[in-house]
Amino acid sequence: MKDVTFGQYYPADSIVHRLDPRTKLLFTFFYIVAIFFIKSPLGYAGVAVYAVAIIFAARIPVRTVLKSLKAVIFLLLFTMILNVFFYKDGEVLIEFWKIKITVEGLFFSFTMALRLILLVMGTSLLTFTTTPTALTDAIEGLLKPLKYIGINVHDLAVIMSIALRFIPSIQEETEKIISAQKARGAEFDTGNIFKKAKAMLPILIPLFISSFRRADELALALDARCYNLSDKRTKMKILKYKKTDFAALFYALLFVGLIVADRIFLVNIDIIGLLR
Amino acid sequence: MEIIRLENVGFQYKDYEGNVIEAVKNVSLTIDKGQFVAVLGRNGSGKSTLAKLLNALLLPTEGVVTVFGRDTSDADNLFEIRKNVGMVFQNPDNQMVASIVEDDIAFGPENIGIEREEIIARIEWVLKAVGMEEYRYAAPFKMSGGQKQRIAVAGILAMKPEVIIFDESTSMLDPEGRGEVMDVIKRLLKEGMTVIFITHDMNEAVEADRIIVLDKGSVVMDGKPETIFADERLPLYNLKLPLVTRIAKELKDGGLPINGSVTRLEALTEELCRLL
Ligand SMILES: Nc1ncnc2c1ncn2[C@@H]1O[C@H](COP(=O)(O)OP(=O)(O)OP(=O)(O)O)[C@@H](O)[C@H]1O
Ligand SMILES: [Mg+2]
Repeated sequence: MKDVTFGQYYPADSIVHRLDPRTKLLFTFFYIVAIFFIKSPLGYAGVAVYAVAIIFAARIPVRTVLKSLKAVIFLLLFTMILNVFFYKDGEVLIEFWKIKITVEGLFFSFTMALRLILLVMGTSLLTFTTTPTALTDAIEGLLKPLKYIGINVHDLAVIMSIALRFIPSIQEETEKIISAQKARGAEFDTGNIFKKAKAMLPILIPLFISSFRRADELALALDARCYNLSDKRTKMKILKYKKTDFAALFYALLFVGLIVADRIFLVNIDIIGLLR
Repeated sequence: MEIIRLENVGFQYKDYEGNVIEAVKNVSLTIDKGQFVAVLGRNGSGKSTLAKLLNALLLPTEGVVTVFGRDTSDADNLFEIRKNVGMVFQNPDNQMVASIVEDDIAFGPENIGIEREEIIARIEWVLKAVGMEEYRYAAPFKMSGGQKQRIAVAGILAMKPEVIIFDESTSMLDPEGRGEVMDVIKRLLKEGMTVIFITHDMNEAVEADRIIVLDKGSVVMDGKPETIFADERLPLYNLKLPLVTRIAKELKDGGLPINGSVTRLEALTEELCRLL
């Protein structure tokens, strides 16, 4: 658990860190859309180059970024294997028993994996370079128009900030409960899947109870700190777009251009045919 | 100068079965500015309930609580009262709202509408006051209990309250953490802060100017530490002697002609030197 870096802030002084969090959020949004829309290998290559360039600009060690992939490695292998084995069409490479491995299947599973890797890299890049508070501020800033339809955006932002804040606490708590139950002789790693699921119950129940107690205390603490007592609230951090933000948004538009180009021109290039 | 006044105050909880629990019964007392008041009493004696009555987290079901001459039951006073009576809770983890120290400290001041520049100045000042200057951009999650609790104190301090209530705020800390928090409190007292300190630790209580003992919701003792710890009713309320007093008493019972009810180490040393 401890060495998974996904979703953690990596403090550094870089142009990406200094960008307005709203810019980064929008950027990430475009990025994710791109990953799902892009179809051609060349398009993927484009996105990958793009992502790597930003990682360098953010001055985040490649090792740290790779570590963030650790969290999804199982998912990655799993989808890859499934894709390789169950892709039916195309030219057969190997065939045994009921399983056919095709060139297209290999290719497809490879692009799927790449897509997942790019997705995780992009989103963890956002959390590496943006503090949770800045992220909440960004969401609050971008969602501000919602207040005209009666949604209290500030409350939403506080809820999110608290949720982010409590993730590590609850993780820690879970580990504590697991150790405590193990000390009482509980076994979590043996038996079939149903036995394992049943073994989780003595973890979940104490976790729920303690989370409710936490929530209770937290509510008091919020009241004691004058939360929502007056409408003349202020903000310490004011978000302001700078020149670099406009530059970044321009790049984001380039991205959109890339997607469009990919869909119109590049999809039709037959890479497998070219390789042959 | 009197800042808190309770007149025949009572508070009843209703549990989920509709049973009435009298947590505080007919309490009348006043607290002066600059006082350091320790509140003692066994589990369930009503200490936390009393504390919550002082900053309008609970409203008395009988009697009147006034803070700076303002009735806590009047909703118009809520803002002024909460702003001026800060509260630090037992578990430092459950009173933090943000993932970064400075954002957490800014929460209270933002809620009461302090200007941006002033908040930034206050953050520097309170971090210095609790001796945590270098942690401004750190994540509380990775800190020790004592450090977290000092950040919690800083968060309250940044609202510039007149009174701070500590509800067993040191009970989850190791001796070192307790010492750290105690040092901060002593510094605040020097600057004129009024401190109400709920504890189960007699060695902490002796530091106070005044001790209030609660039992079954009523005030059963109220006086200077020396008077309280000389009282033979102590065991009745499940209270033990602080270390210094215990040593003095043992020495006296052993035949030494000394004052057996001293509470401070300096006083005991003095008594012993007198004998030489
Ligand atoms: N939310 C609640 N609902 C119902 N009863 C409550 C509630 N909170 C406290 N009580 C009851 O009120 C009484 C006083 O509780 P309180 O928490 O004030 O005691 P305390 O002196 O702070 O105890 P401790 O030393 O354990 O913190 C207890 O009998 C308790 O069970
Ligand atoms: Mg209590």
